[in-house]
Amino acid sequence: MDAMVRELSYAQAIQEAMAIAMDMDERVFLMGEDIGVYGGAFQVTGDLVERFGTERVIDTPISELGGAGVAVGAALTGMRPIFEFQFSDFATLAMEQIVNQAAKIRFMLGGEVSVPVVMRFPAGSGTGAAAQHSQSLEAWLGHVPGLKVIQPATPYDAKGMLLAAVADPDPVMIFEHKLLYKMKGPVPEGYYTVPIGKADIRREGRDLTVVATSIMVQKALDAAVVLEAEGIDVEVVDLRTIRPMDKQTVIDSVKKTSRLMCVYEAVKTLGIGAEVSAMIAESEAFDYLDAPIVRLGGAETPIPYNPELEKATVPQIPDIITAARDLVRGAR
Amino acid sequence: MTRASKAVTDSRANLPFVYRQYSAAQLREVLYKMYLIRRFEEGAEECYTRGLIHGTMHLSIGQEASAMGICMPLAQDDQITSTHRGHGHCIAKGAEVKRMFAEFFGKTTGYCKGRGGSMHIADVGKGNLGANGIVGGGIPIAVGAALSAKMMKTGKVVVSFFGDGANNEGAFHEALNMAAIWKLPVIFVCENNGYGMSTSTARSTAVKNIAERAAAYSMPGVIVNGNIFSEVAEASHQAVARARAGEGPTLIESKTYRHRGHSKSDRNRYRTKEEIEDWMSNRDPITLFESELREFGFIDNKGIEAIRDAVAQEIADGIEFAKASPSPDVRDTGNYVYTEQA
Repeated sequence: MDAMVRELSYAQAIQEAMAIAMDMDERVFLMGEDIGVYGGAFQVTGDLVERFGTERVIDTPISELGGAGVAVGAALTGMRPIFEFQFSDFATLAMEQIVNQAAKIRFMLGGEVSVPVVMRFPAGSGTGAAAQHSQSLEAWLGHVPGLKVIQPATPYDAKGMLLAAVADPDPVMIFEHKLLYKMKGPVPEGYYTVPIGKADIRREGRDLTVVATSIMVQKALDAAVVLEAEGIDVEVVDLRTIRPMDKQTVIDSVKKTSRLMCVYEAVKTLGIGAEVSAMIAESEAFDYLDAPIVRLGGAETPIPYNPELEKATVPQIPDIITAARDLVRGAR
Repeated sequence: MTRASKAVTDSRANLPFVYRQYSAAQLREVLYKMYLIRRFEEGAEECYTRGLIHGTMHLSIGQEASAMGICMPLAQDDQITSTHRGHGHCIAKGAEVKRMFAEFFGKTTGYCKGRGGSMHIADVGKGNLGANGIVGGGIPIAVGAALSAKMMKTGKVVVSFFGDGANNEGAFHEALNMAAIWKLPVIFVCENNGYGMSTSTARSTAVKNIAERAAAYSMPGVIVNGNIFSEVAEASHQAVARARAGEGPTLIESKTYRHRGHSKSDRNRYRTKEEIEDWMSNRDPITLFESELREFGFIDNKGIEAIRDAVAQEIADGIEFAKASPSPDVRDTGNYVYTEQA
């Protein structure tokens, strides 16, 4: 590929992907709360309404359940809607349409139809928005067969995975960490896709596999630099998709390093870390483990408002460094 | 459907709507389908009682004129979303009873290849996007289908059937509002059979008539006697014309009654025998339509007998088809979850 590569923010990369999808296919359109002239709560749609008009960049009333249902119905009947939730927390208002309808219609109808809807969820803490605007609920949706659930961690993946999601015949849920929106990175111009269901080894290492998702990928990479200076060589696996999960990449990595740590922002228990750990325990990689598996996840509490408390509820770089040291040097 | 010729319509000038609007053959076909719905559900109930069908089912016996009247002005590629009480809608929209029976029997020849059963019966080829197990679940989906029709300029209209219970779900209110602000070609049809499971509309709903709720969303709210085919068809005809003309949605409240209980678990403790008996004896939609057809000279007793016999044969053949059809292979249980799998 000789496409021009520029530095774009994660939000710009998503916006560019949506514009390309709409240019390529007139069935693609955007729906969401305040995504038109306002540009979206996080300015992800930005000025797209000026380019594509109010008929393809549709401001919905504050009706998450109904809006999600309209997107599902439009997808079922030939359109390719991209539905933005203003905050991922508001998925709770639309669970019926996501879980009972979008995920199951194809199955219930014996494969006669598909529901090619894309839903975007600005997720995560760190913005001081407190308990109802800071959650990481991706594992909730990851538990539902019929959905695909992705968490791109870079601007490059944000664009490529969104374009893959639009091309996908099934419902794809995209969880975008709000603190990533301003992160910059190289993004090629034009159309490309990054496959759904494929993890990415972001850093190769010998001593420890860190499986991370979303914003924790960058934190793990930053921790790995510090650990390298101490002689600990960390492999960072960016899971990218939580359903369907790329088991083989994780298994192969653990077989190489013999140690596994999972780092994710969502509440630690009953989540992605449990799934990855159990998957390794059930695989041939189990025999390669030299130490117990470690999970670093969110605290068992709602996200607090106070900035120090807020930081304390989710894994930070020093937490990853400490846990990695303990794991590799056998303190555990 | 096509109109009756001018000469014929002149001679029927004082008759109710459908007798002016449709040919005798079309009206006899309606009677056939009303019987087909009734006998299909009686057949399904009997198969359930004999252990041939498992799970549960929600019968619409007593509501046949509502399903047929609403679907009468629809073209084949117009679409509907339906409810857990959706067998009648499915047949009225053109489904074959043999494939419906096959679905109830869980067979591969069923409309959903045995994956959906009664509560998810669908016939996408005829525009039925599916029954729904969630009260109100199909209403926003219908609005989405209408948005597709508007954006793709297909000229299709979409009907969303739901019951009185659904009018207290948030999805109902959100969907009606969006349909109204975007002037979408959708018709909301509330089949008010008086009870959401055991709870009467008087106990559950603040307004006396559900159609009154249309005012909150600036759309026409029309009340019809859901047991009189002509009344239902006339309201549907007007709503479809309005939708096709780009003037937006209509809420039709079709007041009707289900003769059977809510589902197979119902002990009928919330309504009296007298009430049920009154609806069955005095307001049965098939009896009412049949009498009108006879009175206005569209059919005679021999014609009615012929319809009943032909329906009985189609039902018997449908059940045989279902019995003889293959069951899905358990190794295929994971099929149809994702598109690339099968």
